[in-house]
Parts: sequence; C-alpha cells; structure tokens
Amino acid sequence: MTGGLTDDQKTFADSLDRLLTDALPFTRRQAAVATRVGFDDDVWQQLADLGCMAAAFPEEHGGLGGGPEDLMVIGEKFGRHLVTGPFLGSVVLGGHAVLFSSSDAWKADVLPGVAGGTTKLALAWTERQARHDLHDVATSVRQVNGGWVLSGRKDVVPGGAQADVIVVSARVSGDRRDRDGIVLVAVPADAPGVVRLDGRAHDGNRVSTILLDGVEVDDTQFLTAPDQGLAVLERAVDHAIAFVCADAAGSMWQIFETTLEYLKTRRQFDRTLASFQALQHRMVDLYIDCELAWSMVLDATEALATPRRRHAVSSAKVAVGESARRVAEEGVQLHGGIGMTMDVPVGHHLKRAVVMNASFGDADHHLDLLATSPVTRESSHV
Amino acid sequence: MSEDIERFREEVRAFIREALPDDLREKVRREHAGLTPADTSRWMRILHGRGWSCPSWPVEHGGPGWSFEQQYVFERELALNDAPPVSVFSAGMVGPALIEFGTHEQKERFLPGLANGNIILCQGYSEPEAGSDLASLKCRADRDGDDYVINGSKIWTSDASWANWMFGLFRTDSSGRKQHGITLLLVDMATPGLSVRPILTFEGGSELNQVFFENVRVPAANRLGPEHEGWSIGKYILGLERIGSAEVSRTTAMLGRLKEIAAQEPLRDGYLIDDADFSRKLVRAEIALRQVELTERRFLFGQDDAGAEASLLKIKGTEVQQQVISLMVEALGPYGQLDPDDMSARDNAPLPDAAHHVAKTCFNLRKSTIWGGSSEVLKNIIARSVLDLRS
Repeated sequence: MTGGLTDDQKTFADSLDRLLTDALPFTRRQAAVATRVGFDDDVWQQLADLGCMAAAFPEEHGGLGGGPEDLMVIGEKFGRHLVTGPFLGSVVLGGHAVLFSSSDAWKADVLPGVAGGTTKLALAWTERQARHDLHDVATSVRQVNGGWVLSGRKDVVPGGAQADVIVVSARVSGDRRDRDGIVLVAVPADAPGVVRLDGRAHDGNRVSTILLDGVEVDDTQFLTAPDQGLAVLERAVDHAIAFVCADAAGSMWQIFETTLEYLKTRRQFDRTLASFQALQHRMVDLYIDCELAWSMVLDATEALATPRRRHAVSSAKVAVGESARRVAEEGVQLHGGIGMTMDVPVGHHLKRAVVMNASFGDADHHLDLLATSPVTRESSHV
Repeated sequence: MSEDIERFREEVRAFIREALPDDLREKVRREHAGLTPADTSRWMRILHGRGWSCPSWPVEHGGPGWSFEQQYVFERELALNDAPPVSVFSAGMVGPALIEFGTHEQKERFLPGLANGNIILCQGYSEPEAGSDLASLKCRADRDGDDYVINGSKIWTSDASWANWMFGLFRTDSSGRKQHGITLLLVDMATPGLSVRPILTFEGGSELNQVFFENVRVPAANRLGPEHEGWSIGKYILGLERIGSAEVSRTTAMLGRLKEIAAQEPLRDGYLIDDADFSRKLVRAEIALRQVELTERRFLFGQDDAGAEASLLKIKGTEVQQQVISLMVEALGPYGQLDPDDMSARDNAPLPDAAHHVAKTCFNLRKSTIWGGSSEVLKNIIARSVLDLRS
C-alpha cells in the first residue's frame, strides 16, 4: 500500500520490515522504552548493520550514497514498528546539519561515525521564547579574549541524551529574531559548561534540555558563517520533517491495517463489527487519509533537493500531522476498550502522532509560513 | 522528456489564449455560471479544428493520440486559462466506450459528431426509484423486430433540454439478478414519444430534467454492446467519469480566482488576504487540493494500479471544490448574500462582475458530491472492493 518506491527501495524496505518484525516485536519495544536510555542497543546495532544510518550519506563520508528517499523508507518502517532511539536526532538532524555545513573538517571527523552508528549527534535549536520559529535565537556566542563563549538554553533536543556532539544554533550578531547572524556550533557533550537534563516524550523517545553556561569554543567549532546558519538549520529541519512525515504515514498505515483486521474479527450483536456500515465508512475515511498522506510524503521527499522544498515540506507537515492524529484517535475509538490499554499498540501510535505534531512546528505555524510565502501569494497559475 | 512536455504546454497555452472566445472566458470566470452545453459544443468545434477536442482518443479514431501526461497537461491548461473543459460525456465517456465496445458502423456514425461538438449528449441513468441503487432501474426497452420500444422515465438528467442524443441504461430483462438485463442504448432525443421536463434546482438553475418515454422506438443498431449486458459498460463509463470528476484542474483555477478576490476585498487597513485566519483557511484548502492532485497523479502515472481506489479522488476532489467555492462566497463578506439573478442587486453592489456569480455556483456545486456516485455510495464501493468489508 506504499507505492511510489523503486524496486531497490522496496527490497530495502522489506529487509528493514523483517528485521524490525523479528528484533522488535511490540513487547520488546515496550521493554526498550522502559530502559534508562529508551531504546534497544542491540536493535540499533542491527539497524546499523543493515545500513540504515549510512543510507542517506555520500560515500565520501562513509555513507551508502543514497538520500532522502532512503530516509523516507526508513521513517515509514520506524513509524509502523514504533521504533525509538536517537536516529532522528543523530542521523537526520545532527548528521544532515553537518552534511549541509561548510566545515569539511567536521564532515570528515564525525560523519563516518554517524553513518556507522557509533558516533551520535544531536541538533539543538528550541528555546523557551521561540515557540516554533527557527530564527528566534537568544543563545549567544560572543568573542572573549580571542576565543568564543557560548551561553544559553535549548529544550526538547531529540537524541540529546545519547549525543557525543551537540550542534547548537547560536546568535553571533543582530537582534533576537533577525534571520541573519545565526551560526551553528558543534559542541562536545562533555565540554565544560554543558549541562544535560534528560526527559521523556510521549512516544518513549528521550529529549533533553541543554544548558550552555559559558562554554568555551574556538573557530574550528563553527559549522557555518553567520549568514548561513539559518539556511543550514532550516534545511536540516526540513529533512527531519519529511522523515517524521514518513514515520507518521507508516504509523497511519499500521493503525489502519490493524484496526481493519480487528473489525473483521471482533464480533458483537452476533455479527462482525466490519459488517456495520457506519464503521465501514469510518474505515474508508482512514484509508483515504493514509493514501493522501502518503502522496504528501512522496512529494515532500522528492522536493527536498529542489526550490519547492519549503513549500512542499510545510504542506506535508500540516496535512500528514493532522491526518496522523485523526487516524490514531479513530484507531483507538474503533478498537473500543482494548484500544485504551497499555499492551495494545494503537494508543502508542496516538502518542507518536501527538509528539510529531508538537515537533518541528505545528499546523498553525506551517500554515502561517505558507500563507506569507510568495509561492502562495502569486496564485496557483503554475 | 519533461522538456517536451513543457514545449507541449506552451503550445497548448498559446492556442487557448488565441482561440478562446471572450464570452466563454467570462462565463468560466463566473465559475461556470451560465455556461451551457451549447457553449461547450462551440468550444469543442474550435478545439476540433486543431484536432484537440477529444484528448484521450487514439489517432485512428480522430484523436490526438496523446500520452496520459499530455492529456493531463492539456486539461490543466484549459482550466488555468479560463477555458471550458471539453465535453465529459462526448470526449471522456461515450467516445471511449464506443471505441472500446462499439461496432464499426457505430464508430463511423457517432465519433465524428462527438468530436466536432454536433452531438450533445445527456446521460440517462438515474430513475425516480433508482438513484444510488442504480441497478434497480426499471425504464423498459422491449424488443420489437429491429427496434426497442422504451417506456418509463429517467430523472436528474443533466442537459437533457440541450441534448440531441442520450446514452441510457434500460431494462430489457427482469427475470434474473438486477445487474443482468440492462441494455445501453443511444437514443435520438427527437424521437416521437420522448419528452423533457426541466427540474428547477434551488440555486435557480435548470440543468436537471426528467425525461419521459412513451413508446419511444429506438433501432437495435443504436445498442452499445450486447443485449442485457449494459451494466458492465455503464460501469465502465462511470469509472471513466470518476477520475476526471475529481476536477483538480478546475479547483486549482478556482483557488487562483479566490486569491484574486481575497487580494481585492478590503479588510481593516488592508486586504482580506493579509488576514491570518482567512489565509490559513485558504492555505488549508490549497493543501487539501494538493493532496488530491498528487494522489491523482500517483494513480494515473505511477506504478500504483488504481481500480476502486480511484473513487477516493472523486470523494475528496468534490469535497475540496465545495470548500473552495464556499470560501469564495465568504471572501465577498456582506456582498456574499446577494442573489446574482437579481439585476438590481447586481448593479448596485460594487463588485467585479465575475464575483457576483460565485454564490450561485456555490449552491450549484452541492451536486458534485451527489452525482456520478454519491460520496456515500463511493465509500461503500471502497469498503467492499478495497478493504474487503462485507455487510
């Protein structure tokens, strides 16, 4: 039901699906979430062996030479199997921020490790006052005695708990909401002045607050120039949005399929639930949501390397985010009481959808981005 | 390849801008208010002069032999350049059905008229007692020598008062299951015994009709496909309709016009388009349309074989279209309440002419989730054929 893939991608998708079916059945997934780190290291290693971490990176950096399409395939399966862990933070966000940066030294230094699954990165941008705006940056990096000092606070950092190196957005000049004057700085997680406070999101993933209290950095840790930081950050975040949209779409298909199966087997009033037209139509609505969402995922992924990127990604985030939540809520409802229980996946898919909607800008945020973009204004005669 | 498509697009666009009569453009910009089958027929004749009136037909039957991609681009360019679409009945439904199932004589006889706009069709499917449950239709066609004799009635027949031919489903046998014993006939609307009564719809239009048959004699040579086997051909034709009936191109053009309206309607010290709430609604509609467009493209051009799945395009496409036209009325603010059929209301309101007609089309388009398989019937079809859900 997930069309638009090449044969190679289908083969890869099937292998990944088998791996996750075998290595991460729901009970084991629940056990992994309950551990201190929130994921299964053994599964992480198997994913690395299959090439998941390397798939999207260029060969010169230890990758397999793929791209966003591979991340899409991986996201779809991760959503289906409710995979937790630092993949989003390290491979998608941190890894791509470095990949898109202008620092060849950092690319050579960390990307092979990221692609091998041994080095873990994180990308830290969220601040208290910024809500979803990437350009609202109060964290500062100032020149002091020939070096630089980084100060500020970043919240809900995906994969922060496991990161060896944290890529931080920081302001080197300008006012808090200026689009210029933002740099990305790579900071070792154990650098003096870095304090990490780990927490858990609804989906079982660990997210961290990173306190930066006078962290000393030097020129070599700057990944971008001040007029490039925001562009690199936006590009990396857009890749992450496409990824979580694929993840959400996989989650939706999984909910749809299991709910459909449930309605076909569960009997009440001497008939299957599937025989009630009111429920049939609701299942059709879920099915339609899945197909439409998948179209948006394919489009956003394809658009990442084009000038359409921002527009396609924001559109997908709105559409997929809202339908993921709707499908998950319907999935719980159609399961009835059993859908409320801890031991059945559907409620956990709903939690994943809620996290997805709260991350990377909610629907209103992206609607506003779209509404004020020239593409929208210049009407649709394209 | 995509360069070829771009060149093709330019060629189509240039022709439309050159050839489209101003009055037709104006009617399309009025969201099709007042656009009649005679207008469509006129446009078909113009397109036929260029060989473009029947985009999906193969060359050997007088079509341009275009790829799916070209057909798609052509349809889109028509809509985006304020041109009427080609006749769905002629170019999109009956023509392809004749090419697929018709005899050599039938093709010779009907295809030229369908292509050049001389034949205006209406669709005789629904009956007073056979709406969504179409297969229970009762309008009889009894065999009498070389003729069929039709008695009964068809209803909700769009454009019957303009049409010179009807393609209709008629009951030729009622002994078996209801899908059996249905025959597809082409009926000359000028045949004695056939009468048309317009049905006034609530927005003030009269495109719908009831058609009465009293011993209407139709030569058996006008039968498309085998006797009693019309149901499968009728379904084939409806299937052709369901893809196009998502009307993505038209709604895309409507969205463009919605933006034009929103950019000129005053609000506070600026314009409506600058309002955060309204622009969010507008973008939501645009995203909803984009979802349908991308899915349609995926079903048409991708490896994803779409059978009954395509019904979702009609369900969602018509929903979005209704959403967009409603936003257009909303965009007009207090002037959205004016009835465009009232001349003084129209003359007194300081609005561009086209904007007046939006409300009428808004009411008219409530039809689109009802006809050609209502959304509910289509959901039944998806439930059964795609999800394998049985009652």
